[in-house]
Amino acid sequence: MQPTSHAFKENARVALDDVQLQRALGNIKSGFIKKRAKAVDRLPEFERLREHATEIKNHTLANLDFYLERYEGQVTAQGGQVHWCQSAADARQAILDICARTGAKTVTKGKSMVAEEIGLNDFLEDNQIVPVETDLGEYIIQLRREPPSHIIAPAVHLNRDQWEADFRAHHLQFPPERALNEARQLVNEARQVLRQRYLDADLGITGANFLIAETGASVIVTNEGNGDLTQALPRVHVVIASLEKIVPTLEDATAVMRLLARSATGQEQTVYTTFSAGPKRAGDLDGPEEFHVVLLDNGRSAMLGTEFQDMLRCIRCGACMNHCPVYHAVGGHAYGWTYPGPMGAVLTPSLIGVDEAGHLPNASTFCGRCESVCPMQIPLPKMMRHWREREYERHLSPVTVRSGLRLWAFFATRPKLYQFATGLQTRAMKLLGGRRGRFSKLPLTGGWTRYRDFPAPQGKTFQQQWAERRRHGGAA
Amino acid sequence: MTEGREQVLTAIRRALKRGPLEGEDRAALERRTAEHPRGPVPSRAQLGPQETLDLFVQMAEEAAATTRRLQEWGEVPQAVLAYLKSRNEPAAVRIAPHPDLTGLDWQDGAPMLSVDQGRGEPDTNVGVSRAFAGVAETGTLLLYSRGESPTTLNFLPATHIVAVDAKEVVGGFEDAWDRLRAAIGGVENWPRTVNLITGPSRTADIEQTLQLGAHGPMNLHVLLIGDAGG
Repeated sequence: MQPTSHAFKENARVALDDVQLQRALGNIKSGFIKKRAKAVDRLPEFERLREHATEIKNHTLANLDFYLERYEGQVTAQGGQVHWCQSAADARQAILDICARTGAKTVTKGKSMVAEEIGLNDFLEDNQIVPVETDLGEYIIQLRREPPSHIIAPAVHLNRDQWEADFRAHHLQFPPERALNEARQLVNEARQVLRQRYLDADLGITGANFLIAETGASVIVTNEGNGDLTQALPRVHVVIASLEKIVPTLEDATAVMRLLARSATGQEQTVYTTFSAGPKRAGDLDGPEEFHVVLLDNGRSAMLGTEFQDMLRCIRCGACMNHCPVYHAVGGHAYGWTYPGPMGAVLTPSLIGVDEAGHLPNASTFCGRCESVCPMQIPLPKMMRHWREREYERHLSPVTVRSGLRLWAFFATRPKLYQFATGLQTRAMKLLGGRRGRFSKLPLTGGWTRYRDFPAPQGKTFQQQWAERRRHGGAA
Repeated sequence: MTEGREQVLTAIRRALKRGPLEGEDRAALERRTAEHPRGPVPSRAQLGPQETLDLFVQMAEEAAATTRRLQEWGEVPQAVLAYLKSRNEPAAVRIAPHPDLTGLDWQDGAPMLSVDQGRGEPDTNVGVSRAFAGVAETGTLLLYSRGESPTTLNFLPATHIVAVDAKEVVGGFEDAWDRLRAAIGGVENWPRTVNLITGPSRTADIEQTLQLGAHGPMNLHVLLIGDAGG
């Protein structure tokens, strides 16, 4: 997909004024956060599992070549094939070649963010192959020709009435007077429409939450069962996975799995956790005749050994965006590419470049909630700061930011002057703020005061209060 | 193909500032993979046999499965029929070709029930499978593909009934993996598909409201046969 991350500010402005979107975003705040907290509280070992899972991934990344080769060896022994792809273009071509060789014209797909990342659907359509998204959320956004706005709930930006309108517009095989105003009716209709698509498909593509070096299995974690019908019914099963999904053993996958659903949806375990390895075996009554794994790098190996390596531990649970005040305010589309929220703010510049996505690491208040809920203990705010530094070094920051920082630096490096100026400013603002103690308009703060008042400082500056506390021997 | 492989592996090794692993470094990783050490196992996965079985039932029902305890395998046909009757579903099932199911006297135990066997088909309304294990920590069933357990039977039917011996309900996933490795004779015989199933299919994609029966079964009924292990 064509990124619009460079336009984050404009995207965010549009999102803030989008009434439908703002209504839908309310569901995130009420749902995900409480459910996660409850599930985490129920598992006393959660913190130990976080530590352990972090160690597993660090160990795996330090030995990434070994475990990937081991995984490939197992897949090959089972009669499958691994296609190593350095770039998005390589991966698209590998999939097209498989389609061409097997004569596949219709392709069903389970939810895969990597497939979104490489823009697979548009590419397949351009090559006269029909891709059919089968995850309910992915299905509706495919009808709407929109990208996902969340990595685990791709249609979280939509309200029920929008679903109804789209189903009525696209499902013309049903009587127009049918009732569709309840979620149950929408789900039943989608189930009926997609059931036939599974049966008609020549080839099924799924993503992967894990690749297991020990067994050569790839793992998907779903609730709907769409991924399972996608991979069990067609002649060919293609897994598309980025290379950091690898873990050494079943026990390692289990440790990470215990964190994943709890962090993502607050479930103890997703309904279906499915391990797929190779094509159907002799004596099996079902399963695909061919099995392929498209293994994608696309900029990830270049993150190894850098200050962004920890990001490769990410298991795509979405907890960071579920807890992010910026994501709550603007939703996922504003981020302009596949990965939104804090994880997107770190990953997107790594994968598509800081020139395109340099704004994203600025979309943070550094409140630290993302890091505190990340099951893999990824220091997201720290990495966003690294990107800000790089952006500054490369002179990509706007001139207003740079001159503002220079002005601030002039005062900050002259402590006496700084104290005098801030003391003066605080007193002046208190006076001007009057009895209300707030400003509805203030020079240079339009970005803030457009949505809320700016509070007038009350009393003394932070430095003055600090000095007084020290003098009185209080706990500072 | 081999070109892509070399490009990716070279890029990884360049970033890690080393060549391919050899000698003791490599042997240590081989050992870790072969020994597959356990991480922290939740205490709830390490209970006694009866508590483990109780936890399995509790967690499976929390995930919206229904369960029924039976004394012996011979009661399965009658229990299947009773379940379908209680839900006003047509009395026709497709059973997995597992000897524990095909060996039952369906004619005598459930004379009203129409029974055939095989993989799941688009018109299969009710599937009956034999699980390999139950996992108590999350109320999860483990099934794996082979002639006697076709994967399509787990997903195409609207109602999925799964029989498992109460002694096969283990505490945690690690126990299930060890049992599976032993049953198949090592990971070199790993099956095409392993399914962990926790409750019936669902979605919350529409306004975060839970709806059961998205694409897979709308109902999951678990028959637990016999007493807990000891």
